[in-house]
Amino acid sequence: MTSHGWLTTTMIMLPLIAAVVIWVIPMPRVWVAPAALLVSLFEVGFWIEALVRYDFDRGGLQEWNHATWLKDLGVSYSVGFYQGYSVWLVGLTTVVMAATIAYGFWMGRDRPRAYYGLMLFLTGAIVGVFTAQDLLLFYVFWEAMLIPLYVLIGAWGGPGRLNATIKFVIYTMVGSLLMLAAVIVYGLQAGTFSMIAGGTNPSDWIFLGFAAAFIVKAPLFPFHGWLPDAYRESPAEVSAVLSGVISKAAAFGFLRICFVLFPVGVQDFRTPILVLAAIGLVYGSLLAFRAPDIRGVVAYSSLAQLGLIMLGLFATNDLGIDGAVLQMVNHGLISAVLFLLAGAVERRTTTGRFEALGGMAKGRPALATVLMATGVMALAVPGSTAFAGEFAILAGVFQQGWFYAVVGAVAIVLAAMYVLRMISGVLHARKGPAVHDGALDLRPAELAILVPLVVILLFLSAWPAAITERVTTAQPSSIPAGTTAATAAGESK
Amino acid sequence: MIASVPRPPVDWFAISPSLILLGVAGACLLFAVLVPDAARRATAAATAAGGFVGAFVAAILLYDKTPVGTSVIADTVRRDRYFAMAAIILAGVGLVAVLVSYSEREKAHVAEYYALLAASAGGMMFLTQANTLMTLFLGLEWFSISLYILCAIDYGKERSLEAGLKYLVIGGFGSAVLLFGSALVYGATGKLTFDGIAQAVAAADLQHDALLLTGLAMIIVGLAYKASAAPFHMWTPDVYEGAPTSVTAFMSAATKVAALLLTFRILVTAFPQEEKLWTVAVAVIAVCSLAVGNYAALVQKNLKRLLAYSSISNAGFMLIAVSANSALGGRALVYYLIPYAAASIGAFAVIAARERELGREVTIDNLAGMGWERPLLGAAMWTFMLSFAGLPPTGGFLGKFYVFSAAYDHGWLWLVILGVAATAVSLYYYLNVIRALYLRPGTELQFAAGGQPPRDLLLQAGAIACVVVVVGSFFAVQPLIDLATKAVASL
Repeated sequence: MTSHGWLTTTMIMLPLIAAVVIWVIPMPRVWVAPAALLVSLFEVGFWIEALVRYDFDRGGLQEWNHATWLKDLGVSYSVGFYQGYSVWLVGLTTVVMAATIAYGFWMGRDRPRAYYGLMLFLTGAIVGVFTAQDLLLFYVFWEAMLIPLYVLIGAWGGPGRLNATIKFVIYTMVGSLLMLAAVIVYGLQAGTFSMIAGGTNPSDWIFLGFAAAFIVKAPLFPFHGWLPDAYRESPAEVSAVLSGVISKAAAFGFLRICFVLFPVGVQDFRTPILVLAAIGLVYGSLLAFRAPDIRGVVAYSSLAQLGLIMLGLFATNDLGIDGAVLQMVNHGLISAVLFLLAGAVERRTTTGRFEALGGMAKGRPALATVLMATGVMALAVPGSTAFAGEFAILAGVFQQGWFYAVVGAVAIVLAAMYVLRMISGVLHARKGPAVHDGALDLRPAELAILVPLVVILLFLSAWPAAITERVTTAQPSSIPAGTTAATAAGESK
Repeated sequence: MIASVPRPPVDWFAISPSLILLGVAGACLLFAVLVPDAARRATAAATAAGGFVGAFVAAILLYDKTPVGTSVIADTVRRDRYFAMAAIILAGVGLVAVLVSYSEREKAHVAEYYALLAASAGGMMFLTQANTLMTLFLGLEWFSISLYILCAIDYGKERSLEAGLKYLVIGGFGSAVLLFGSALVYGATGKLTFDGIAQAVAAADLQHDALLLTGLAMIIVGLAYKASAAPFHMWTPDVYEGAPTSVTAFMSAATKVAALLLTFRILVTAFPQEEKLWTVAVAVIAVCSLAVGNYAALVQKNLKRLLAYSSISNAGFMLIAVSANSALGGRALVYYLIPYAAASIGAFAVIAARERELGREVTIDNLAGMGWERPLLGAAMWTFMLSFAGLPPTGGFLGKFYVFSAAYDHGWLWLVILGVAATAVSLYYYLNVIRALYLRPGTELQFAAGGQPPRDLLLQAGAIACVVVVVGSFFAVQPLIDLATKAVASL
């Protein structure tokens, strides 16, 4: 036991408490956004501290904080960083949330107390999902993500927001409730809800309960019905969170829960999930190519990218998983930048439709540069971090069958097509009717939000091994039953 | 000769919560004639509130001083922690009901109103400590009659009168069924006390006796009427809608507590041998309630009707806990009732405030924008809906979790699956309320607000108290579960 894990608890509780404070304590409207931004920057700071403290060579569970919650059923408040990938995903969360809160500040969202409170609450819930070590606690945080999103989309979203929220909630709740049933069955069979001490369970049904929640949230083809509406109607920064972070929570769920607790289920359903992921990859790419607006392209490319990430995960070997985790971070940052850019363009032109856009590069060098740089990384040119991630994924999944690797490679070509179409649709081509000469370039504040994200991407392009060599210490699929329990015993001494 | 009639020793302390409330009821009736108009409302309300606080304290003391449950007063009532827990919840509900109703009650019959409120709460407490079929019926009628009058107390309004009459007729029918069932059980076993019935059945091997089983079935039906479980729920939407909102608030929370806790007590203590039968029967009623409640709630526009159907569906969830017939099930039931009662009375309190503000019935549509205009009440309503729907961070979530755990523990995975499906359906209409509160602009309202502004500090205090209970029971779940565990162990 290296530490008492207060860092983890602080990272969860700080935004949650800050949210309640913002809701309850009256303060001048102008203070709210800076206060929220400050809290989100503190989160980034705490994460850097966690990154420094986490011993990647030792891996396993660190910064563990534990307290009994429901004694009779064996439920506990148990949080910590389990394996390197949870450190990276928490990092992605804090960075993207800070950027999106800053973007909301820049946009000057109305009803600020409610808005920033919800954003902070969402931050705490997502960090909780990535660090929970108890299944019921995981479920609580998982559901806690939904409610702020519901209101954020519904109250600040576009004209079609009411239908978008209903679809979003019904889809995700059906998945989540199946997960709740699975959590109960697993916990009562194991006598504990701890993910550390619970051990593996060979039941396919329990695996499917969890998989249902993750597949819908990711989403994986054909459970993506909620995705286009939710991504289009949300405020830009909420779309960035949905696509950048929330979808990663689903992939994380497979990695942390299914791979560790249900190795049999993963083996049994590997082929169906790989097939769905491959279909989603191609289908999403084709739809992205046909999408009429920026957000549509990014939304469907999200579907495609999640398919790619799932291919990597369900390759169930080190190479595939390392690549998948790197790609989660890449895609999280890239789609966040693209959605924020989409918001910036929409704000200047009142539309995101390509037919009304075009020719924005002229006289707007900053916008052109940021969009171009991010877009080029999104289409995974060699040398970019996305290329590293996709290469590792394809190499990993090749070991499961050459077919998947071929599909993946084809999809990367499609990615080049839709990204270039988007770039030329916005920046080049003929000047669209919605583009005024007076439409400004990215302002310094917007650059201050976007450039750090792009810089992180460039850094990862230079050194992708920073992540891929620090994902796991043991291959999840090869963890024999009982090892996890032993880890917990070692931690609790 | 009076002296020759043997009088049992009376444990006054055991029945003190009911006695306090009876005393308060009597005092309030006196106020109705003795205290001048101007001071009557304040005096009666303060006295009633004091009575509920007194009953609350007495119940806590009873809980503390009664480590082992015993039957007292010639075995007619139980003195145990299970009853004390019920009395604590009921007294809390009553106190909030006083806060909620204060501004709504104007001059007419205000003292009688508080007298009836206290009397019905006292009757409910008495019901939950009943230990014989006689005291059971006594308690049941005691609180029911008070509630019949409360529902019709605004007799100038047709709806209120209709609600009272409907409740009287159907409630009376339910009581009659229960009484008939009691008579049959007595006929079969020759015993009135719950444990006496169980012993007589065991001694004479009566498990398959037709008389006894018919009686048991009728008792379950009679109690299902009171708990408004489907298919015995027909009165619920009309009565909830027609009764004055503050009465609905009290009734929806308190009758559930009393009826369900008594159901669990009588089934577990008096009919343990017939377990195989009644667990299935209760599970079937639970499934019917889930189906009817959720399905009908989907199409409701009137908020009071919507919550009436929601209360039917929640009765279904609680009956799942009863049907598990285990210590875990009992714990689940007692725990579930705490956030449920708070959310229920709180939600009706918010409706009452909105009703007064608009001067008309509250429908989903005319909640539009309320979350932004009345942040406190809006956030409170949001919390209550989350609790009904079973989403964290509310006690409703853990209540459902315990209920499902109990059902799974009993070996009824199918009941868990059905419960989960019902929860998924219920989300649609609970989120519909949140949607109206926050996602629709207030400009959608097509009429001018005709009522008084909801500047009602007492009601807001009541709503805040309910929010504290609903959210607090999520975080402080272990102490509450400990209380519930001890309560169930003392049965």
